[in-house]
Amino acid sequence: MEQDLVIKVDNLKTYFYNNNKCNKAVNGVSFEIRKGKTLCVVGESGCGKSATASSIMQLLPELSRIEEGSIQYFKDDKIIELQELEKNGKEMRKIRGKEIAMIFQEPMTALNPVLKVGYQISESLRVHYKISKKEAKKKAIEVLSNMGIALADQRYNEYPHQYSGGMRQRAMIAMAMCCSPQVLIADEPTTALDVTIQAQIFQLMKDLQNQQGMAIMMITHDMAVVSELADDVAVMYMGNIVESGTKEEIFRNPVHPYTVALMNSIPVLGRGKTQNLQPIKGNTPSPYNRPKGCQFEPRCKYATDECKKMPEEILIAKGHKVRCWNYKKVLK
Amino acid sequence: MLELQEGFKMNNKEILLSIKDLKTYFPIKKGVIKRTVGAVKAVDGINLDIYKGETIALVGESGCGKTTLGKAILNLVKSTNGEVLYNFDGKFQDILKLNQEEMKMARSKMQIIFQDPYSSLNPAFTIFGSLRESLSTYGIKSKQTQRKIISDLLCEVNLSEEALNRYPNEFSGGQRQRIGIARALLINPELIVCDEAVSALDVSIQAQVLKLLEKFKQERNLTYLFITHNLSVVEYFSDRVAVMYLGRIVELCKTEELFSNPLHPYTKALLSAIPVADIDYKKNQIILKGDVPSPVNPPSGCPFHTRCQYVTEQCKKVVPKLININKDNDEQHWVSCHLYK
Repeated sequence: MEQDLVIKVDNLKTYFYNNNKCNKAVNGVSFEIRKGKTLCVVGESGCGKSATASSIMQLLPELSRIEEGSIQYFKDDKIIELQELEKNGKEMRKIRGKEIAMIFQEPMTALNPVLKVGYQISESLRVHYKISKKEAKKKAIEVLSNMGIALADQRYNEYPHQYSGGMRQRAMIAMAMCCSPQVLIADEPTTALDVTIQAQIFQLMKDLQNQQGMAIMMITHDMAVVSELADDVAVMYMGNIVESGTKEEIFRNPVHPYTVALMNSIPVLGRGKTQNLQPIKGNTPSPYNRPKGCQFEPRCKYATDECKKMPEEILIAKGHKVRCWNYKKVLK
Repeated sequence: MLELQEGFKMNNKEILLSIKDLKTYFPIKKGVIKRTVGAVKAVDGINLDIYKGETIALVGESGCGKTTLGKAILNLVKSTNGEVLYNFDGKFQDILKLNQEEMKMARSKMQIIFQDPYSSLNPAFTIFGSLRESLSTYGIKSKQTQRKIISDLLCEVNLSEEALNRYPNEFSGGQRQRIGIARALLINPELIVCDEAVSALDVSIQAQVLKLLEKFKQERNLTYLFITHNLSVVEYFSDRVAVMYLGRIVELCKTEELFSNPLHPYTKALLSAIPVADIDYKKNQIILKGDVPSPVNPPSGCPFHTRCQYVTEQCKKVVPKLININKDNDEQHWVSCHLYK
């Protein structure tokens, strides 16, 4: 079992500090990423999904830090504790980009506007491998054309603003993929794109995964994307993973009230006007003024007195975990 | 002014708004003397009738001109060509030809809800300050009456009365969007253009706003022009759908018909590209090649021919007309493609 793992996150706590206030953005998160599989982390804005990704990459902003927990990266037969590495130290820089790569949500802000796209891709090749400029250029053009960019040798010399949105995202993926990473972390890679372009990018990611057997951690807010791509799913709410399991388990037997409510609140294609949308009442609470126990308690229709305390994670089926006192009531 | 003609009552439904060959071009200016060197053809010859009491959805990818069309209908952008005939109690009038004073009165019939709830409310005004403006414009000047009307409406969108004296930054995205809806409803309009009204909201909030829009539609007999790129919402919410591509309507029919029997190759590809939150949903995926061409220099002939898998020589030369291919019964199904004759 241990052998399929590439990343194991255990009880991760990442806090952000601001104006003498503490935002417990990630508050005890545990999950595993399996080799060649896709883990989708799904949640609303502010639930801590991006903070989790930044913690793994050690790309957290200033005034925030990993307080507790461990992030283990399994490299061949060694185990590397990522949280213990220095943020900009030699070892972390070796892993970041080469072993674990990341795609960001907004390609226009993630690419440097004053450098040619080709240069930005070959830069990471030259940092991680000792190769000449010429070789790096050749490799970069090859990766670009693999991503389906036409006339890659011309496009190599263009700037990000000359690319369309879909092409920029392809260039970002090319940059992430050029060192053949073991793990790809994709932070809402298609939210800013049109659906037809989104379908192209997903197809590309699936193909790359099949060819190279890398693991993908996909961060999204869209249940539909999850059903499309995921093998495993983790549902996050206000800094906790409230439910996790395989895609089949989560979609067929959701047991956390939040997962159930989320699925009942979105219109699903193919069900027409007959579906009965049930909005989730209230708003997500302020991160500086959180409920004491279960974070979903003020909005939950199953809430009881017990919910004033934070529930533990309970294993209810193979690989299916839930963080709820009353999950048995939801099942009924 | 046009009198209500026989042709304007179809299928016993009364037309509220009729768009005739509307074109909206944005000039591109270059050089020191700002010569016009070209134009972005955002809306390029659109004909569309909107019936009273229906929800018609306008879908398409970014840059296809759906927002521009919404704004052109309200005369918020200057159109280059065409007519927008609005039914003012049985009399049709081209709102593009109205003068400023007449337009002001016409706008009391039509309102818009914007996409971004953060930038559409003035941050320096309280909610009361923002919302009372439209009441003052249309003759309700007493502050007490204004306060009464606004607080009643805020109650209906599930906000408390104390919201009146607060500033926009004190509200969340969903609350702001509800304030946007309240503002649009203040002067009892007939037509509301919802420009991506739920796109910027979190999924759990989207359903709240959709339900609210539905409630108001039934209570006040509103007509919605619902502009969006989210087809799952369209299927749930609208009666008819118009699919746009590069400034033109490529397919127009009832919602059920569009989802069960899409005809235009673009519609088919669009439908197959949407991820569905249901793991039992089967579909055959059509992956389109390439990007949407630039509206500055659209392809000759059919605008979709550069990405279409059924492309023929004819498609490259001749622009297909929007035709009704379902002439036998009342269920009209309009499509603009050379494959269908």
